Amino acid sequence: MGIKVLIADDEPNIVVSLEFMLKREGYEVIVARDGNEALEAIRRERPNLVLLDGMMPGLSGFGVCEAVRADLSLGGTRILMLTAKGREADVARGVGAGADAYVIKPFSTRDLMQQVRDMLA
Amino acid sequence: MVAAPVVLAISLGYLLLLFAVAAHGDRRGAQGRSVIGNPWVYALSWAVYSSAWTYFGSVGRAAAGGIWFLPVYLGPMLAMLLAWIVLRKMVRIAQTYRITSIADFIASRYGKSPLLAAAVTLITVVGILPYIALQVKAVSAGYDLLVHGADQPAPPRATWWQNGTLAVTLALAAFTIVFGTRHLDSAERHEGMVAAIAFESLVKLGAFLAVGVFVTWGMFDGPADIWARAQAFPELQSLLRLGGGEGAGAFGHTQWFAMTILSMFSVLLLPRQFQMMVVECVDERHIRRAAWVFSAYLLLINIFVLPLAIGGLVHFGPGGGMDPETFVLSLPMAEGATALALVAYIGGMSAATGMLIVETVAVSTMVCNDLVMPTLLRLPGFGARAGGDVTRLLLNIRRAAIVAVLLLGYAYYRIAGDAYALVSIGLISFAAVTQFAPALLGGIYWRGGTAAGALAGLLGGFAVWAYTLMLPSMAKSGWLPAGFLDGPFPLLAPEALLGMTGLDNLTHSLFWSLLVNVGLYVGLSLSRAPSAREATQALLFVDVFERGGGAAEPAPIFWRGRARLEDLVGLATRLLGPLRAQQLFQEHAAETGAASVEAITADARLVDRVERQLAGAVGSASARVLVASVVQEEPLGIADVIEILDEASQLRVYARALEEKSLSLEAATAELRAANEALKSLDHMKDDFMSSVTHELRTPLTSIRALTELMLDTPDMEEAQREEFLRIVVGESERLSRLVNQVLDMAKMESGHAEWRIADVDMRALVSDAVRLTAGMFDERGAQVLMDLPATVPVIRADPDRLTQVLLNLLTNAAKFVPQEGGRAEVVLRAGTGDLAVMVRDNGPGIPPDQRAAVFERFRQVGDAATRPPGTGLGLPISRRIVEHFGGEMWVETAPGGGACFAFRLPLDPEEGAGGGGKRWASRC
Repeated sequence: MGIKVLIADDEPNIVVSLEFMLKREGYEVIVARDGNEALEAIRRERPNLVLLDGMMPGLSGFGVCEAVRADLSLGGTRILMLTAKGREADVARGVGAGADAYVIKPFSTRDLMQQVRDMLA
Repeated sequence: MVAAPVVLAISLGYLLLLFAVAAHGDRRGAQGRSVIGNPWVYALSWAVYSSAWTYFGSVGRAAAGGIWFLPVYLGPMLAMLLAWIVLRKMVRIAQTYRITSIADFIASRYGKSPLLAAAVTLITVVGILPYIALQVKAVSAGYDLLVHGADQPAPPRATWWQNGTLAVTLALAAFTIVFGTRHLDSAERHEGMVAAIAFESLVKLGAFLAVGVFVTWGMFDGPADIWARAQAFPELQSLLRLGGGEGAGAFGHTQWFAMTILSMFSVLLLPRQFQMMVVECVDERHIRRAAWVFSAYLLLINIFVLPLAIGGLVHFGPGGGMDPETFVLSLPMAEGATALALVAYIGGMSAATGMLIVETVAVSTMVCNDLVMPTLLRLPGFGARAGGDVTRLLLNIRRAAIVAVLLLGYAYYRIAGDAYALVSIGLISFAAVTQFAPALLGGIYWRGGTAAGALAGLLGGFAVWAYTLMLPSMAKSGWLPAGFLDGPFPLLAPEALLGMTGLDNLTHSLFWSLLVNVGLYVGLSLSRAPSAREATQALLFVDVFERGGGAAEPAPIFWRGRARLEDLVGLATRLLGPLRAQQLFQEHAAETGAASVEAITADARLVDRVERQLAGAVGSASARVLVASVVQEEPLGIADVIEILDEASQLRVYARALEEKSLSLEAATAELRAANEALKSLDHMKDDFMSSVTHELRTPLTSIRALTELMLDTPDMEEAQREEFLRIVVGESERLSRLVNQVLDMAKMESGHAEWRIADVDMRALVSDAVRLTAGMFDERGAQVLMDLPATVPVIRADPDRLTQVLLNLLTNAAKFVPQEGGRAEVVLRAGTGDLAVMVRDNGPGIPPDQRAAVFERFRQVGDAATRPPGTGLGLPISRRIVEHFGGEMWVETAPGGGACFAFRLPLDPEEGAGGGGKRWASRC
């Protein structure tokens, strides 16, 4: 059983790059296009890590994060928030919602991969 | 007939009632719940004008001359029309400068001249004494009639101690002393006295109306009956016509006019009227109401005069031996209505006592302040620097003056009581006080009047009055040889000066006395420039509304010199009493911000204040003398006066400038605050915009960076994979460019630097191209686009690229908002008479009406930020600007089925603008 990673982002091109990156590392990748789909996938697939976009149509990434943290059965899910909003208020919001790490777009693929590896180690 | 003790008891009982009313008034005043502080009481107190002269005399005059009793009441009513202008000014002046009598008023105006004050006082005393005697006579005559019966001629006069009149006079003196000299400061109001006078006004009106009703409807059958029965007497015919009795022929217009003028002045200048209207005024706003209430009062009290006069003549028979002046009493008596006769008697007594009380208070104040005080001040042991509290002495002088005036009146009545008819006495007094008119009215409207002019005018007018009216009336009653009436030379005959005949004696006297008076006043005033003191007082009086000293604009103070605080304190203590003096200086300390009374600076303001306060107690002329004696004054020249005035007006200018400055500052602050709010809101929008732009920029950048890094780090990447990545990078770069362009576009349009390329545009082709360009987007979302285009449309002149930009924006929006399943958009093109319209409908969620205006605002994206598709918030604002640039308009409505319908119309000729008469297409959505 490999390590499952969920990518939740509404930007298809970003999904493409993340998916390529993660698959190259050997992780099993699942994709969700919006917040509700992401939450559904987390409950169904129980991924070890979620790369969560902050701004998505429907339920936002912050909403997904809060919902996951509110659900005790999902306690082991690690969450890495990705957001295009770099202001400190957004970082604080993401941390407040219960994210384990916070990465600002655009990101360095190497740094991001290092972060992912660390979180899954 | 009524027993003498009954009449006496009722009279004294009435006086006791008066005491009670006055005591109540004073008590309420002391508690701060004044009963006189309302316009009705104030107006009723004015009705002290209707004395016993009205009460008994009007009927007498009407019996002799028909409607000739009327001018005496028309004059005051006319005067009331001017009350708000003239009287209010007098009240304002008197209250500002603490003036307590008409003598004080005139003297104060002309430089606080003691001589003028004394002259006015003397004229008043001489002119008013007969009038006072007249009131005493009325009470006495009424008493005689009640006690001895109507049909009998009055018996030989009883010795004075057997007559109730003296008792009544003394009781009145007691009343006046108790309620008229309560405190030394005459500028303060006599609450109890005013209350009692107002009460008396009600009593006399009620009594007179009661008798009037009794006679008119009790003894006769209404006014018409009286008139009809009067027709039987040829002697009475003249009374019923306007022709009047006295002129025998033509109506005496001149005399009518003279009497109206006379009474017009009297209502303002009689000492008792001045006392009630000016000194006792609580609030000058009351004048407005009081003026018409008083007029109505006069009307009411005159309604029954003619019916009573003619009814009496009919009843007793003309020449029936009954004196018409007693009709008010004799008519009820003749009918046996003794109780009503007693009521009428009380009414008459109230009319007489009211007049006596107020007149005596006014005259005694004048006598004390303007005759006795100046004499005392000359005595060596009394000068201002002498010690000792003199307040008690002053009050006693005033009390003595009250008793003296009343007793003089009584003595006058005893000596001359039977000599005159009531009405002529009254008119002679009226003519005497009318001499004050030029100096007083001139003084408050003309700055040029001087003391010399006023004094000469007064004395001259008074002398002519005495020679042409007073002395002839004495001659006629046999006190002077009858030859007096012929004069030393024919040209100096007292009733036909310089051979002037054809006027009645009153008009004749009034004409000459006022001519001399005004002539001397104006002539002498013009012949010499006013002194500095006269000029300053003139200024303070004439400009009282401008310079009287409100809180904002201090009145100029025309005083220079040096004063010592101890001297002023000593003077005030001596004349006002320690209590009032202490209060005065404490108030001054509080107002000037001095820490204590000892710390007060003895400056011009303090001197002025002390002098004003003293003026309320001893009159302005005496106050001036007293203050001058304890301070070292620099005599003021006209140049100094002008300098002081300049300083005052400078101060006023500064104050006004300061006020304007602070107003404009406030306005500026408000503007700044508004501007700041606008900036804040703009700043907030920019922040949002920047955040939005940042997000939009970061998204493509993220893909580009991630994909290129991956390609760089993965040399062994499959060719197909690399190709896909590169394709994405190119697409994202395009997206970036688009966004940057849009922001720049907006900025250019905002600043007016946008470039427009105008060409012939076929909208059909343009719409088709745009739909084709966006077809991919709709396909992605599984939505379909329909076009509804007419076969041909007119060509318009516009920038095709810009219009394409608009259409792409609207179509992209539609594609973003259509539902994920069954999405549908429709583009409709229509040609009107002068314009083209394009509508883009979708079946998305639509835009709520309250947000329709907002969608076109820059940086504003409506809807829930979390659920709406991303955008820059610039598309629609840019589109609308483009449409408007070509003279069109853009709006949004609800499409059939609930989606949004964005529409715009463009005029065929941009020059015609949006209102070019084309059909409005909005309804087609």
